[in-house]
Amino acid sequence: MPKTSSKTNPARELVFGDLWEYDPAPETADPKLKPRYDLFINGSYVPPRAGKYFGTINPAQETKIADIALADASDVDSACKSAQKAFTHVWGKMPGKERGKYLYRIARLLQDHAREFAIAETLDGGKPIKESRDFDIPMAAAHFFYHAGWADKLEHLAPGRQVTPHGVVGQVIPWNFPLLMLAWKIAPALAAGNCVVLKPAETTSITALKFGEICQEAGLPNGVVNIVSGAAETGAAVIQHPLTTKVAFTGSTEIGKSIMRSLAGTEKKLTLELGGKAANIVFDDAPLDQAVEGIVNGIFFNQGHVCCAGSRLLVQESIADAVLAKLKRRIAVLRVGDPMDKNTDLGAINSREQLTKITDLVQSGVTEGAEKHDNGCKLPAKGFFFRPTIFTNVSMSHRIAREEIFGPVLSILTFRTPDEAVEKANNTSYGLSAGVWTDKGSRILKMSTLLKAGVVWANTYNKFDPTSPFGGFKESGFGREGGKQGLLDYLRVD
Amino acid sequence: MPAAKAPTSLRRLFDEIGTVDQIGIEERVAKFTTRSLKKKSKVFGLRLAVSMVDLTTLEGKDTPGKVASLCQKALRPHDVGDIPPTAAVCVYPAMVKHARKHVGGTQVKIASVATAFPSGQAPLKTRLAEVHAAVNDGADEIDMVINRGAFLSGEFGRMQDEIAAVVEACGTATLKVILEVSELETYDNIRAASFLAMRVIRPGDFIKTSTGKTSSNATLGNNQVMLEAIRDHFLATGIPISMKPAGGIRTAKQALHFLIAVKETLGDEWLNNRRYRFGASALLNDLVRQLEKERTGAYQAPWNFSEATEGY
Repeated sequence: MPKTSSKTNPARELVFGDLWEYDPAPETADPKLKPRYDLFINGSYVPPRAGKYFGTINPAQETKIADIALADASDVDSACKSAQKAFTHVWGKMPGKERGKYLYRIARLLQDHAREFAIAETLDGGKPIKESRDFDIPMAAAHFFYHAGWADKLEHLAPGRQVTPHGVVGQVIPWNFPLLMLAWKIAPALAAGNCVVLKPAETTSITALKFGEICQEAGLPNGVVNIVSGAAETGAAVIQHPLTTKVAFTGSTEIGKSIMRSLAGTEKKLTLELGGKAANIVFDDAPLDQAVEGIVNGIFFNQGHVCCAGSRLLVQESIADAVLAKLKRRIAVLRVGDPMDKNTDLGAINSREQLTKITDLVQSGVTEGAEKHDNGCKLPAKGFFFRPTIFTNVSMSHRIAREEIFGPVLSILTFRTPDEAVEKANNTSYGLSAGVWTDKGSRILKMSTLLKAGVVWANTYNKFDPTSPFGGFKESGFGREGGKQGLLDYLRVD
Repeated sequence: MPAAKAPTSLRRLFDEIGTVDQIGIEERVAKFTTRSLKKKSKVFGLRLAVSMVDLTTLEGKDTPGKVASLCQKALRPHDVGDIPPTAAVCVYPAMVKHARKHVGGTQVKIASVATAFPSGQAPLKTRLAEVHAAVNDGADEIDMVINRGAFLSGEFGRMQDEIAAVVEACGTATLKVILEVSELETYDNIRAASFLAMRVIRPGDFIKTSTGKTSSNATLGNNQVMLEAIRDHFLATGIPISMKPAGGIRTAKQALHFLIAVKETLGDEWLNNRRYRFGASALLNDLVRQLEKERTGAYQAPWNFSEATEGY
């Protein structure tokens, strides 16, 4: 309501008090976890050769959940060899129609075990149960379903040309969507006929290792999928192993760059999906309440641990006050707390390390002169939590406007004309995603061609679908995941 | 030529009040349905919903006897348990004097639909006369229908003047303005009509979704459009307008979703029956049934709950 609200003074404020409090509504089902997870190599769980394990904790409680095997170079070697064997003797020769059946089976089994996986994901990663239940796990299953359909239709990806799998694919995934990122990587790789060695993130290995049980239940031939858990050295061993002919990495730009350097001069194919600092652009004719909802969804979804998060809000100057007022009112009803509670909107920050990084960047915002607002909610005494935070008076040179925070922190900037919006949106080393909010269809089309971002959402944000390619420009990486473009990255086209 | 003027004036109104994105608002309300209410918060919500029901019978076959049983049900929704009375009974004007015999002087209000409900297609004079008659017979609240024809042909002034005339005819009675959202069709139109109505009614008067006589009635989506209109109007003017979704809300679970929308959109001050109502009939027994389940730990057979009226 831009014009009336600027003319008349708001007479009163709404009261979001404790008249009707939601009682705790914890999800209590058993995630069926093991106290100790070994490596999943050649179809069975094997202890790491060096016998080393590390603990994984629940970031909401700071308590240990399980011991996770630490794979070293020799474990990675045996995983790569079993993948190579499976590729040469079984998977690479199998008709696409048959491969598809395994993928369908995996998808259905993920649905069967959805509740278990959702709880495990929330326990290990800290994301709210409603997100792992309603987004992560269903979307992971959707990726297997989608790619299962492609398995026997690969020749239609590049008509008139021949497509063949690469062989062994080394994949390293991040901690923000552990099982979903696994699905984004493994589903297209298997559909294309590759075998996989995947390293999950150090803080979130459980659902990836649990996924081994799904592979066993689906009767997937041994060695087609291998999961090696560990830290950075394990990932490096996967990437540099001579048998991995194709490498796919999702994670930070810094590590992406070092991977690129390490693979220079080799014949390995590489795709990188890295960081982002997306602009969410709101024009004065946008439906404001829905734009505010999109802003909230864009930056507070998964505690802002989203590479395509709409972390820079660019709002047209004439409606900036109205949008800020609506945004503050909206975050007043966001619920931060126990991720296992079904009513929690923002769960725990994934690790102490990440919490420190967010806190430091927020401090830099304050020091550099931006104005900080948060919803002032009470945070649990234990665990890693951070309030949904908004910065106003942000300028393009502030660190909070340039660096990826990867947390629930929004920087608000203003613009006056569409050209200025484009200029500011593209003034970043990243280019993963952007959002445009306007009632004017022609403006959406124009903006989508001017914005240098892999995904441009119009009047919505953070929408994902297995059929839609996802990936970046500039330092956000290259290669696509999802859709036929994503699948082609797992094939050699001759 | 009102038809030629229409797009311009509606556009001007949208420039002022803003528009609604259908997909966005439906995603927002879907989140209300994932809230999980347990134990005390569930009981609080259910009791609150009971106290907000306008227990309704609006049928050609209504009789004084039917209205009498409706009134008894409104006063005492269940024979055991500590269940509050409903907010009001809602009847046709001819039934107001019969309702008065049973609930007059109690905390249960008498609401009456007037203004040639449900179509509103009668001369203004006739509609106003109906309002006067209902008020004189003792109606505490009048549920009017807007002139949808006037709205859709762009005659906003006429639509507002008619509402203003009904406000005057109401005297001290509370007014509820039915937009009949299914005939307005788009969320943009619902938002526009909400603003037009709110600008001519008094603090504490209601805007209401539907008559319950068309194919689609209250939904979380159109409820949300109206709640957000009320919020924006309140923040701009300080005038609190009340809200009544009606028709199609049959289960306790649905009612709780609507109340969650109120809690998270308008806050605590709208969580009472002066600011929020449900136009419903079948809903009451489901609320009572769920409350009895919370109290006793078991679902009771449907015949343990007295019938008041068939649903509309």
